[in-house]
Amino acid sequence: MSRARLSQWWFVGTLAAALLLMLVPLPGVLEPFKPYWPALVLLYWALEAEDRVSLGLAFGVGLLADLLDGVLLGEQALRLCALVFITVRFRSRLRFFPMWQQALAVLALLLNDRFLLLLVRMLAGASLPPASWWISPFVGAALWPFLFLLLDDLRARLRIQ
Amino acid sequence: MARAREGSSPLFAGNAAGTLRLIVYLALAVVLMVLDQRNGWLWQLRSAASAVVEPVYRLAGLPAAGVHTLGVAFADRQLLTSQNQRLREDLLLANAKLNRMAAVAEQNERLRRLLDTQHSLKLNVQLARVIGVDLGAYRYELTLNMGSRDGVEPGQPVIDAHGVMGQVKAVLPHTAVVMLITDPSHAIPVTIARTGLRTVAYGSRDGDQLSLPNLPLAADVRAGDKLLTSGIGGRFPPGFPVGRIDSVAPAPTGMFQVALATPAADLDRSTDVLLLHDQAEPKGPPDLPVPAGPPQVLAPAASASVAAPAVRPGQAGGVPR
Repeated sequence: MSRARLSQWWFVGTLAAALLLMLVPLPGVLEPFKPYWPALVLLYWALEAEDRVSLGLAFGVGLLADLLDGVLLGEQALRLCALVFITVRFRSRLRFFPMWQQALAVLALLLNDRFLLLLVRMLAGASLPPASWWISPFVGAALWPFLFLLLDDLRARLRIQ
Repeated sequence: MARAREGSSPLFAGNAAGTLRLIVYLALAVVLMVLDQRNGWLWQLRSAASAVVEPVYRLAGLPAAGVHTLGVAFADRQLLTSQNQRLREDLLLANAKLNRMAAVAEQNERLRRLLDTQHSLKLNVQLARVIGVDLGAYRYELTLNMGSRDGVEPGQPVIDAHGVMGQVKAVLPHTAVVMLITDPSHAIPVTIARTGLRTVAYGSRDGDQLSLPNLPLAADVRAGDKLLTSGIGGRFPPGFPVGRIDSVAPAPTGMFQVALATPAADLDRSTDVLLLHDQAEPKGPPDLPVPAGPPQVLAPAASASVAAPAVRPGQAGGVPR
């Protein structure tokens, strides 16, 4: 029973850590390289434990992220919903991809996410972001194998599901 | 793990229920965004949840603060000594300048009182510290560790030792968010110090420059010119350095000149900033002084009846400086 509770805490903890990491700034030059952590962690959980990750959860996490960070309420809720929906839809295929293909799929998902964000910001009346703004999805995709292995390894060590 | 469940994750088929739920959630998000854009709910929600949100900001600011502390802790002794020496020299120089300025400021104050204008050189400031938090608006925002409980209000100008940084955009009880002058949706009225030309400096898209897109073609503007706040608009007090012009070129339309300027303030290096307290001018330009001349009773009747509705002393708009 406590194993289940531990696993629940681990799940919530990783999401909270992702939200916190999203808020932590990087030093000036590295700023555009910051990946979108909540998306990566939600992706991991959507692939590994689909019974936990639903659209409602993605929406909730997105709203929380908007409350903490966000420019517009509902912006990240929209993005994370779209991301989780696509991931869950193609989950069975994504899971059996070799790691490099999975990283490419993650890149596509994150780029799609950036397009959504761009669309929302444009409609809200913001100006075009600088070119360096597009680096982040690539960093996210490059980090994906390491994040995936790290989270998987930690999960195996803690013997939780 | 619930791997055994059949049909929960079909390989190819998509189920309509999932798509319907997606549509419902997306619509909900869009409605929220539109309502938030109209009503500014996000900040109301943030201030309502400030007991949760602010500690998270402080927590997220810890790494940046930690790096700064580590930098100080492991800094070379020699480096610190030389830095200290340099600061001492700067202070000496600044004090000497101040002493000389004090006399001038006093004289200026007296002359201005004679002229009956409301500007003063006094500064009423509050020191605030920058929290290293990234609020997702590229690089156009700063977060400060003071908020409405400390008397900070939206609209207050923020400066550092070198010039204007921006203005307070939103406040929480113990946190304030500053919109930087490099934000593309920010504009600040400036004058060019050398020629006195008044114009408006906008933030540029690249995030670390200012752009002055509507300078007249005939205007005398050169690279190296300094920009000061003009005080028009009443938000920023006049006379603070804003930036220095880097380049001037004709606009693609051929109607104007466009200049790019570098902000004077250390927008991405400052850790301590000053919040200005007194707003420069209450609203609009200063009142006209009561015109000196013969009393109205003595003036010719015809001209008085023409002039009276047009100009009422003390209420008509003054001439900008």
